Amino acid sequence: MFDIVSFIPRAVAQGIPLLFGSTGEIITEKSGNLNLGIPGVMYVGGICGVIGSFLYERSLGNPNLINPVLGILIPLVSCLVGSLIMGLLYCFLTVTLRANQNVTGLAMTTFGVGFGNFFGGSLIKLTGAEVPSIALSATSKLFRTTLPFAHTTGPVGGIFFSYGFLAYVAIILAFVASFVLKRTRTGLHLRAVGEDPAAADAVGIDITRYKYLATCLGCMVAGLGGLYYVMDYANGVWSNDAFGDRGWLAIALVIFTIWRPNISVFASILFGGLYILYLFIPTGENLAVKEIYKMLPYVVTIIVLVFSSLRNKRENQPPESLGLPYFREDR
Amino acid sequence: MPEKQCAVSLRGISKAFGKIQANHNVDLDIYRGEILALLGENGSGKTTLMNMLSGIYFPDSGTITIDGKPATISSPRDAFAYGIGMIHQHFKLINVFTAAENIVLGLQDEAGFNLDEAKTRIMSVCDAYSFEIDLDQKVYDMSVSQKQTVEIVKLLYRGTEVLILDEPTAVLTPQETDKLFAVLRNMRDSGKAIVIITHKLHEVLDISDRVSVLRKGEQIGELLTSKATAEQMTNMMVGRQVSLNIERPTPQDPRERIRVEGVTVRGSDGVVKLDNVSFSAYTGEILGIAGISGCGQKELLEAIAGLQAVEQGSIDYIEDDGTLDSLIGKDPLEIASMGIALSFVPEDRLGMGLVGSMDLADNMMLRSFRQGRSFFTDRKAPEHLAEKVIDELEVNTTSVHTPVSNLSGGNVQKVLVGREIASAPKVVLSAYAVRGLDVNSSYVIYDLLNKQKESGVAVVYVGEDLDVLLELCDRILVLCAGKVSGIVDGRNTTKNEVGLMMTNLGGAQ
Amino acid sequence: MIHISKRKEMPLWQSLSIRLAAIVVALIVCGIITTTMTGLNPLEVYASMVKGAFGSPRKVWILLQELALLLCVSVALTPAFRMRFWNLGGEGQILVGCLASAACMIAIGDKLPNPLLIFIMLLWSLAAGALWAVIPAYFKARWNTNETLFTLMMNYVATQLVAYFVIVWEVPKGSGNIGIINQTTEAGWFAQIAGNKYLLNILLVAALTVAMYIYLNYSKHGYEISVVGESVNTARYVGIKVERVILRTLLLSGAICGFAGLLLVAGTNHTLTTTLAGGRGFTAVMVTWLAKFNPLVMIASSLLLVFMGNGAAEISTAFALNQSFGDILTGIILFFIIGSEFFITYKLSFSSHDKQTNQATLATTAMKEA
Repeated sequence: MFDIVSFIPRAVAQGIPLLFGSTGEIITEKSGNLNLGIPGVMYVGGICGVIGSFLYERSLGNPNLINPVLGILIPLVSCLVGSLIMGLLYCFLTVTLRANQNVTGLAMTTFGVGFGNFFGGSLIKLTGAEVPSIALSATSKLFRTTLPFAHTTGPVGGIFFSYGFLAYVAIILAFVASFVLKRTRTGLHLRAVGEDPAAADAVGIDITRYKYLATCLGCMVAGLGGLYYVMDYANGVWSNDAFGDRGWLAIALVIFTIWRPNISVFASILFGGLYILYLFIPTGENLAVKEIYKMLPYVVTIIVLVFSSLRNKRENQPPESLGLPYFREDR
Repeated sequence: MPEKQCAVSLRGISKAFGKIQANHNVDLDIYRGEILALLGENGSGKTTLMNMLSGIYFPDSGTITIDGKPATISSPRDAFAYGIGMIHQHFKLINVFTAAENIVLGLQDEAGFNLDEAKTRIMSVCDAYSFEIDLDQKVYDMSVSQKQTVEIVKLLYRGTEVLILDEPTAVLTPQETDKLFAVLRNMRDSGKAIVIITHKLHEVLDISDRVSVLRKGEQIGELLTSKATAEQMTNMMVGRQVSLNIERPTPQDPRERIRVEGVTVRGSDGVVKLDNVSFSAYTGEILGIAGISGCGQKELLEAIAGLQAVEQGSIDYIEDDGTLDSLIGKDPLEIASMGIALSFVPEDRLGMGLVGSMDLADNMMLRSFRQGRSFFTDRKAPEHLAEKVIDELEVNTTSVHTPVSNLSGGNVQKVLVGREIASAPKVVLSAYAVRGLDVNSSYVIYDLLNKQKESGVAVVYVGEDLDVLLELCDRILVLCAGKVSGIVDGRNTTKNEVGLMMTNLGGAQ
Repeated sequence: MIHISKRKEMPLWQSLSIRLAAIVVALIVCGIITTTMTGLNPLEVYASMVKGAFGSPRKVWILLQELALLLCVSVALTPAFRMRFWNLGGEGQILVGCLASAACMIAIGDKLPNPLLIFIMLLWSLAAGALWAVIPAYFKARWNTNETLFTLMMNYVATQLVAYFVIVWEVPKGSGNIGIINQTTEAGWFAQIAGNKYLLNILLVAALTVAMYIYLNYSKHGYEISVVGESVNTARYVGIKVERVILRTLLLSGAICGFAGLLLVAGTNHTLTTTLAGGRGFTAVMVTWLAKFNPLVMIASSLLLVFMGNGAAEISTAFALNQSFGDILTGIILFFIIGSEFFITYKLSFSSHDKQTNQATLATTAMKEA
């Protein structure tokens, strides 16, 4: 029998990093920046959190002495700062220096994944620590703290309340982002910048400021996805390349959700489900077939891509100037 | 009458783009309660000058004084703060936004963001000047004139005192133009300063109180419109007397060459672009096509050239011996090889027909590169052709290996038209061939088309300027919202007649 | 106030020196970062990088071999990029090429003479790569489906497909590995030329690079690709069948990626794993872009990236650092080169506009008052 009660929490846990990533990328793309560096940013976000908390836990000597507030704040702030720096880098290159966004994004992904794996693999040696691997169980415990009634309310508790706080942050952020984009003046201005920067410029909207703000904010949100993955999903254990291709899936989700973070809440969980579906489908002795099931999220993304290119509604198209640099005096 | 109040005054303004001096030492005063016409040919620096007031460009030198105080305008936001607003030739509207969203875009000063309250205030502006707009309509669903109205309301809503309009009538029907002018007079009478950029003399005479003429970036002079004459202004504008008459030789031995019958074309968005269109084009004549922009001109030429799927109807090529050869179902390549040449000058001049990053020689072989069986391209012949075109049409370029995007607009068009004609066509389909050209280059193009006509080619000319259509073409087909509203004799019609035909089928819905 | 304007053209030597300066600055920055992170002497680090890349004839051969593989993938992506088709699916196209070659070696390795076997492997790997590229191309041509993400997703589909077959063919059962295929018979292995294992690969790719240069710059196909890349509208207007050009070009692009897969399986590795493509599909994107889509210049840009990769590998072994250190350095160098393009396209002029204007206005007001 298909075990839906244990399937859904795992799908959600898989979906949350995707949700952070896609919310961040939607905010970024609404400003006209197609940031293919998001996979790298998520790695950097994750590893920066790890570095922060690793140094903190080590300074304590005994991890059980961890201060709950600092234990959460230190990795959180490290993660946000690391992702912010990546965002600033991307903006400096593509907005200020008007570089090609695709190439800049790929270079950021190369750099970010390398950065994550390098520190993941060398942190212990660099700090001269005497531990066999990076396992931040004390910090992870804080991140994984669930609502008190999660385990006493049966399946309902399991499905709705059994997550660490970052999962709820992701969902709230997505709805807030949707609201801001749709209903506020800031959102209106931001969408104008992504649609037609020349027109937005002509009414006095500061293009550079909006692009920088949206992209940096987007990177910080995406970076949280990396932090959630390592601290909550992976129990505070960093292993190189474990985060895998989730960053690319997050970018694909943006198209799937036609640039709406609120749809992304459900789409991310759906994708999270597809990601782990192979674990829930009995295949018996045949291990090879599981590898075929692992194709599912990618195949579904492709199908969605094709279908979204068949729809022609104006409102469902990407921001009109997505991927193009803006130069006021271009004639 | 009290002396008029000077709102903006420019002194010694200069601006260069690379080696091109767009403005040189220009002085200009803009008064409240007055409509100033900024007259000059394309490329004379009118738009650049005004862009420095609207904050798009920053002057290299010179001063701007507003209401007697020195001002620095380094962004559109600064311009708005000084009460200056400009309506650009290409509207600066966000297509997927509604009218109301576009109007409030960029404003910060209200408390809170409440679109409904804003709408009430917008409506009161509209009522004051009797504009009719649907504030919830998306811009992509609007006609050109509706978009222009949104632009004007956008400026008035943010309290603009100095309104600059760049070629506002270029895309309007005569009737819509009259309506716009009434609005402008209305605004002038309420004390606003208005600048209208134009190169059409009759508009200057019609609407302005004062006219300032620019030529090659320099200010030539300033006149009170009531004391100015068309000749005087033309002289100032072009620098010397030019014959306003375009030659129009009588067609010799016209025979039917292209027959279009009942053609219906649907655009990619499902909207009918051409509705039951029928006409014939004859050898040795120029058939003009008039209409508000976007009324199916482009689709019509594309349908003949095989670039548009035709839903209904027939298009036939008639050979010298009278046999019919259907063009529908042939691909663009076959049609081109039958001698049907299409030169379409799009708004950005390069988007269709030429490749900006390639040099002149490579552009020359765009149509012919497939000739011969060799796997490789032959680059000698196109080089010779490029040299010939440069020579005959006086294209201003350093060599045949200059990328086309480095040429000025007029030279780009000469290259395009020159190439099409060099293929010795039987039919020339030409759209907007003089778009944005100066007077002299325009005449070079008219001459070229007349020469084709005299050598027995059937010429179809889609133009924007009614005056030119009336003087150049033997017959004029008028399109309105994809339908043919009539075909008139170019020698016996009036501008008013054609203008009315452009709208009589409810084109301005 | 800094004013930015577009340049018309820049002499070649000037643009080259800007790029070179960017690389030099990048190397200095990398040195500083290396020192602060690891406490090592940057000069020593660079010395060991050079040693790692060029230190011995064997290392030079490995460098050339790596260069050939990366160049091959870059050459494969170039026609697509010239057409502004963002083929990020090189990785997957290489992998299916590997898969096809390995399949032939396993299935019919002992049944055919080696030249015939290699010929069949060639055909299948070309076909597999081409198929992988032409699927997204078809949807791009037909419905303008976003090719960047489509090709990207195809990479992962290919990875899983390979993962499936690795388990099906695993030796021994349960190991999750295939091991060296046909280790005893060497069926389907490339022959060694002059006793060198890598020379054939290198020569093949060199020929391919020159051929691609000629194809793109002198053939009618190449001309069509350029026109479509610059403006689809123009291409349609002159009767180029854009859809056909897209399909044909991606067939070519994918087939060459598949060929790279053949080189990997038959030429160097003689095995099949999910990571065999080694990120070359992505690195090649940057190689082609750095070379402005010119196959001959790609020799230089891929040399740079291969040198960084091999050099960094040497650092990590010599100083016991993680392999990924090379990616960080490569990333930094790329950022600098990407950023330097700005100074080639745009011109900065530093002038004190505000001061001038203010002085001028002061002058005029003074005049008025007087």
